[in-house]
Amino acid sequence: MTVTAVRFTTPLPDLDRVTRVDEVGVNERVARFQSRSIKTRSKVEALKMVLSMIDLTTLEGQDTPGKVRQLCQKAMHLHDSMPGLPHVAAVCVYPTMVWVAKRALGSSGIKVASVATAFPSGMAPRKIKIEETKMAVAEGADEIDMVISRGAFLQGEYGLVFDEVAAVKDACGDAHLKVILETGELGTLDRVRRASWLAMHAGADFIKTSTGKIQPAATMPVTLVMLQAIRDFWYETGRMIGMKPAGGISNSKLAVHYLVMLRETLGNAWMTPDWFRFGASLLANDVLMQLQKQATGVYQSADYFSKD
Amino acid sequence: MRPAKGRDVDTQTNKLAFDGGWQYAPAPESTDHIRIDDRYGLFIGGEFVEPARKGAFPSINPATEETLAIVSVATQKDVDRAVAAARKAFNGPWSKMGAAERGKFIYRLARILQERAREFATIESLDGGKPIRESRDIDIPLAAAHFFYYAGWADKLEYAFPGRNARPLGVAGQVIPWNFPLLMLAWKIAPALACGNTVVLKPAETTPLTALKFAEVVRDAGLPPGVVNIVTGAGETGAAIVNHPDVDKIAFTGSTGVGRIIQKALAGTKKKYTLELGGKAANIIFADAAIDQAVEGIVNGIFFNQGHVCCAGSRLFVQESVENEVVRKLKDRMETLIIGDPLDKNTDIGAINSKAQLERIENYLTIGRAEGADMYQSSCPVPDRGYWCRPTLFTGVSQSNRVVQEEIFGPVLTIQSFRTEEEGLSKANNTPYGLSGGVWTDKGAKIFKMTQGMRAGVIWANTFNKFDPTSPFGGYKESGVGREGGLHGLEAYVSLEA
Amino acid sequence: MAKPAPRIPVAKTYKIYIDGKFPRTESGRYFPLARKDGTVIANVCRSSRKDFRNAVVAARGASPGWAGTSAYLRGQILYRIAEMLEGRAGQFVAELVVQGVTKKVAQAEVEASIDRVIYYAGWSDKYQQIFSAVNPVASSHFNFSLLEPTGVVAIIAPEDSGLLGLLSTLMPVIVGGNTAVVLASESLPLSAVSFAEVLQAGDVPKGVVNILTGFRKELNVQFASHMDVNAVVYTGDSDDVARDVQVEAARNIKRVVSRAGMKWSSGSAQSPYLIKDTQETKTTWHPVGN
Repeated sequence: MTVTAVRFTTPLPDLDRVTRVDEVGVNERVARFQSRSIKTRSKVEALKMVLSMIDLTTLEGQDTPGKVRQLCQKAMHLHDSMPGLPHVAAVCVYPTMVWVAKRALGSSGIKVASVATAFPSGMAPRKIKIEETKMAVAEGADEIDMVISRGAFLQGEYGLVFDEVAAVKDACGDAHLKVILETGELGTLDRVRRASWLAMHAGADFIKTSTGKIQPAATMPVTLVMLQAIRDFWYETGRMIGMKPAGGISNSKLAVHYLVMLRETLGNAWMTPDWFRFGASLLANDVLMQLQKQATGVYQSADYFSKD
Repeated sequence: MRPAKGRDVDTQTNKLAFDGGWQYAPAPESTDHIRIDDRYGLFIGGEFVEPARKGAFPSINPATEETLAIVSVATQKDVDRAVAAARKAFNGPWSKMGAAERGKFIYRLARILQERAREFATIESLDGGKPIRESRDIDIPLAAAHFFYYAGWADKLEYAFPGRNARPLGVAGQVIPWNFPLLMLAWKIAPALACGNTVVLKPAETTPLTALKFAEVVRDAGLPPGVVNIVTGAGETGAAIVNHPDVDKIAFTGSTGVGRIIQKALAGTKKKYTLELGGKAANIIFADAAIDQAVEGIVNGIFFNQGHVCCAGSRLFVQESVENEVVRKLKDRMETLIIGDPLDKNTDIGAINSKAQLERIENYLTIGRAEGADMYQSSCPVPDRGYWCRPTLFTGVSQSNRVVQEEIFGPVLTIQSFRTEEEGLSKANNTPYGLSGGVWTDKGAKIFKMTQGMRAGVIWANTFNKFDPTSPFGGYKESGVGREGGLHGLEAYVSLEA
Repeated sequence: MAKPAPRIPVAKTYKIYIDGKFPRTESGRYFPLARKDGTVIANVCRSSRKDFRNAVVAARGASPGWAGTSAYLRGQILYRIAEMLEGRAGQFVAELVVQGVTKKVAQAEVEASIDRVIYYAGWSDKYQQIFSAVNPVASSHFNFSLLEPTGVVAIIAPEDSGLLGLLSTLMPVIVGGNTAVVLASESLPLSAVSFAEVLQAGDVPKGVVNILTGFRKELNVQFASHMDVNAVVYTGDSDDVARDVQVEAARNIKRVVSRAGMKWSSGSAQSPYLIKDTQETKTTWHPVGN
């Protein structure tokens, strides 16, 4: 059965009309987010929100079904001795591991996200990238995390990058598409803003900072620029787009600062796993430790929290 | 195809939802680490002394309307005494001391300020109403930095003025305002001491506490008695200092109205003077600016520190083609500004400094509306007690509106559109003031053309409200005369007779 | 045969100098400049407040252009003034003598005046370097301070020195890009008007320097109170004059520069600091980033 989709794509936008970005100004705004003091009940609320937004991730050459099953176990049982915890939003794996995750997660409500399009480099023929996407979706992936062609973008081949995203979106069918910009390779915030604008117009449901495979991965300045692009896109089209910073967010304090940034840029509507995700692996345990500390009043040890 | 999600945002009216949802819990700075005495005398000749007459006034916390301490009023006799102490110190140990030694005393002041930074920041917020975030992150660190910077100049003055032998003037009389109390004290005292002068300083009557705590620092640093004297009081005390015949130099920061009176009062005397007065700065945003950062610059320029800033960017000029976008982004950003308890670490905008100032601001809001301007305020809640003003915009105004011409000294921004560079520049300069200005554009040559054309002493290009001890600050035209900060700030405190 | 009658000399009318032209005072008033023996040397214009107003309009009009002239060009123009003075030195000496100065003193004064102009001409493209700074701020910004001319400067020229004092107060003002309205010495006004002829014949754009003659008692207050004047330079030794000037100046926070007590013939009467006195310091910030 095919669902006749109403495509929310528009023609290639004029990237010269995208607002410029001043790096120093962005850093200053970020510094204000980082000086917010999130305490007591708002801290607990935030930490739980962070948990619910995590895409627990394993994207290693050495991944096996066994490894993925263990990750899914963690996803469903973050820390059973602590009641009232939400589950993570999704588990993120390579296409060949989608069937493992799907089976392991069952009806837990946790989504299966799959990378595709020759992640992380994106250096493969279009045909293969589309094939891979279709394969992941067929295996049951709820979400596809694709990478844009950075080389083409830096060359100024915006049409090519745009068409590719649109084509992958087509291949996704009912799956949601996250478009990874790999901001660490784009270099400047101006380019991040333009790439965000392009991806959203091409059909992205989420825009994502990084593959997590190079440095720098997600940073607050880059994320802020992308959130501002999402806001402008919403004002222009009425469409909400989600955002996912990935890589480099390994402690709770930083994650909570991201939530502050999200709240003050886009407001309450985006503060759910439907619209914001953290691409992280070590973050969950740090959040759990912080929650435990809030509940008991004492600092915790990693020995008491299961590793994957 | 993803099912259309119930959109939680109201796209009918296209507004982002900043109310409700996840809120920041109160995060108050504690006050159990600070010490404020019940009563303060005057700091003259190295110690706290009783005033000649029993006059006193309360220093009030503008967020709670509670009294923090009782502060003395210095009368003519006390000012005489303070000036005499300063003169004695100048003729005595302070002049005889080597310049390097003098510098080391100033370093002591800087270090002790850093050590007591948290206490000073807390008291500054209690006394004046500014958010603890501002006093902690900006006011106090900058104040200490000023002392550090000028400490280093003390023994290097021979390099500051080519061909001239710089000598101290003598006794400096200094009167400072309530908007950055400790920072303004640092701007005055640090260069004065570095150049070998001694000082008599009067803090503003609504914010005397950090100056009085600074007197403790002076005492604890072991400065020779009389080098720094702090006398509290209001207009009469200030006048007594300005008119005192044995003061060699007057430094004043405050309104243009009072600056004018002082310049007149000093006419015919041999006293040198510097005046740092009011402003009505233009903040100019071009279509090719980094718009989101410019909006942050607007907010920084007029809403932080409750708009109690002489160099505030209070007149926004936005190029017409991006006017709607800028105003929309500005309003969204205003909705995320938190007004509240100055001691809460999440407060962005604190209390208005005094009841009198709030009345002045509200009077301007009335004038603006009466003039036919459209007024917009953010919707954040404000506490019941205390003096508060929400961030406010006036649109539908032009250069002929009073709210556009006159300094309001509150979180009130007027917005005008412009079309060409010439128009923007011409309107920016169309004011008797000339303290500061801002310009936002990504085009390099245009940046320099605009910064060269704007007639103001401090021009922020693609940024706003930045301060540094190495950077000279002061106005053109009726915004004052003289510069504070940097190498140029030394000039006010030396004699360069050939 | 009878000796031929001596030739009747053509006397010079001393007018004022505004906007590059020599009008008479709009008030029609004059005052006689007399020798010690009472004979009249010339009728000198007794300028009015309206003349001053017109002069300020001219100076303000010329201000953007002169301030925008390159430092090099301003220096060239001052050198030319010096060259022309040198060429007309005899005239200036004679004029000082007729006003009661001894020939020896007049000679020295004219020579010192030429040298003073040369001195300031040489500073035109250098004072900026002495007084500017790049400030090492702690944040990621490029920050620099430089001097800009304050705008229109009203100069009450020295009473006791008709040429050297005039040039010593005027040159530092205009080499720095300001335009000026000068009130000449009341007792020694002729050199000022003749100097205006040098200005007109030289490359000094109209309105940059405007020269009035008249009574200080009438005009001091005007010079100090005009709202469109940015700075007032005065040279009176009297405390009363100083006070009156500053009280009026306070109307618009004019910069008040005193040259009281200066010995014009000494080396201490010239320095780049005298240029700085009618300059504003502008500090500019710009972020450094991508």
